[in-house]
Amino acid sequence: MRFLFKTDYEDDIKLFPHSGYLVSYGILLALLLIAPFVLSSYVMSQLVFVCIYATVGVGLLILTGFTGQASLGHAAFLAIGAYTAAYLQKYNVPFPVYFLAAGALTGLIGALVGFPALRLTGIYLVIATISFALIVEEILARWESVTHGNEGMRVKTLSLLGVAVPRDSPTFYFLCLSVLVLTIVGTLNLLRSPTGRAFVAIRDSETAARSMGVNVALYKVKSFAISAAITGFAGVLFAHKLSFISPEMFTLQLSIEFIIVILIGGSFSLHGAVLGAIFIVMIDPFLTYLKDDMPGMIAGIAATFGAGTATAGNIQSKVAAFASLNGLKGAIYGIIIVMFVLFEPLGLYGRWLKIKLFFQLFPLYKRATFKRQKIYVKSERNR
Amino acid sequence: MSYFRAENLSLHFGGLKAVDAVSFAVEKGEILSIIGPNGAGKSSIFNLISRIYRPTSGRIFFEDQDITEEPPYDIAKLGIARTFQNIELFENATVLSNLLVGRHRHSTTQLWQELLFLPSVRANEKVHRRRVEQVIEFLDLEPYRDKLISGLPYGVRKVIELARALCSEPKLILLDEPSSGLNVEETDDMSFWIRDMKSELGVTVLMVEHDMSLVNRVSDRVIALNYGRVLAMGSPADVQQHPDVVAAYLGA
Repeated sequence: MRFLFKTDYEDDIKLFPHSGYLVSYGILLALLLIAPFVLSSYVMSQLVFVCIYATVGVGLLILTGFTGQASLGHAAFLAIGAYTAAYLQKYNVPFPVYFLAAGALTGLIGALVGFPALRLTGIYLVIATISFALIVEEILARWESVTHGNEGMRVKTLSLLGVAVPRDSPTFYFLCLSVLVLTIVGTLNLLRSPTGRAFVAIRDSETAARSMGVNVALYKVKSFAISAAITGFAGVLFAHKLSFISPEMFTLQLSIEFIIVILIGGSFSLHGAVLGAIFIVMIDPFLTYLKDDMPGMIAGIAATFGAGTATAGNIQSKVAAFASLNGLKGAIYGIIIVMFVLFEPLGLYGRWLKIKLFFQLFPLYKRATFKRQKIYVKSERNR
Repeated sequence: MSYFRAENLSLHFGGLKAVDAVSFAVEKGEILSIIGPNGAGKSSIFNLISRIYRPTSGRIFFEDQDITEEPPYDIAKLGIARTFQNIELFENATVLSNLLVGRHRHSTTQLWQELLFLPSVRANEKVHRRRVEQVIEFLDLEPYRDKLISGLPYGVRKVIELARALCSEPKLILLDEPSSGLNVEETDDMSFWIRDMKSELGVTVLMVEHDMSLVNRVSDRVIALNYGRVLAMGSPADVQQHPDVVAAYLGA
């Protein structure tokens, strides 16, 4: 086990508590940098989606994980970012300009959403953000002069400093990766400065935050704006990756996917956003596998256990019918959320920390270390 | 002119007069205790001062400035810090970050500077940290710096709440039942700290307390309340012998 001896205030401010982190993150970065030259284009494309989802996840974490304000409207922020990019592109605005403009506009709209949200908490805030998302979806479908309605919009190939960057090129992957890394570093900076601490204070006790001089309303709006702006940046990349956007891409289901990203990854740490993004991107290939290979496999197993050809064929078609049911994806999402909330509220990153601690303490690990405690002394009166 | 003054302060919930035309003044550098039976309106007065409630009528002055209409977060900026009866800490954060939130009223950095973590932010953080360390040393909290609040016992949380209030370098501190839930030894520590706060840090203390031995040991003056009204005001001994106060506690 490693013991950290702190000798300087700097030790608590550093991003990497000790050299071990530097080594492991260095190796990870190196692997990510050589990835496009080693991995297949399919895997690379999945990695780009992981980067985009993780960026949104970090944005949502700032709002939900650290400020304690739930949001089911982040698909709308993503849409605003994507459509801003597509619209400005028509007027030959260069990429850096519309990238920043999309973030700024989304941030502004996020702040506007934050104002009514000041008076709402918990489930009511969720309902308000869902309504916002539905309004945006409707506007995108109806405001045809700008958004082309349900026909959708074609997004031209990204051109960076006059060089075309196709959506499946390594350069585009590096762009997404650097946006993710910059977002993470910026968020970490925020969390170790007064603003981040004010966010956490609001999450845990608004009354105490207020009595310590935190302008709760202002910081909630700030949190909404930052979260939305990050999602807007991700929206630009999302639009370029898909090269075509239409209103039905930015539905409630996408917002739920973002919630899953942070819920499954672990909503107390930025690691969670990345792990959750990997998880959610991997669900699709898994479902395809379920559809294509599983019916045959199950029929094969049935056959080896002595089922006749007719029975096996029957089983195969039944399983295939089940695997291609409408709404299966939504059902699986639902089950995953319930399972994680019940059995692993700290998410994948929480699980990883437990595994790490198990090996650090090897023969002495006690399961009760992470047993959830009920806290009885908590005042609800002054809320 | 007195340092802190409440004039005809009232708080009515419908027909219930939680605080009824209460006037009192706190002198700079004194320890003033408010006592009274349950429901006398002691905590309500604190919540009026820190603007969790809006007074029905009456005015509050601090350093000759009318603070009745100030928003709650500005009360802290003026130098009035408080603790809560039932502990309002940031449960899922470490002790250090709880105490650093206490420094919030002194933070001067802008959002964009913090996003880039410019050298100015870093320098500010170190200044905050140094002040926090002084408070940690003052209240003997060294063993708990990196612990999460949710894993700490009640007595320690109580001290951390006091520490968080002190980190904001207040001029006036409101202590809402500092000894509730503490054992005899912890209560003793608390009484020493309260007196040291006055003598070493020069903080003016306004405190609500039930433990009469603590009140007697630390207070310069005492106010007794019942049903939202002031029964008696004066030295601890005088107030305790006041016939109205005896009647309020024992029934007449």
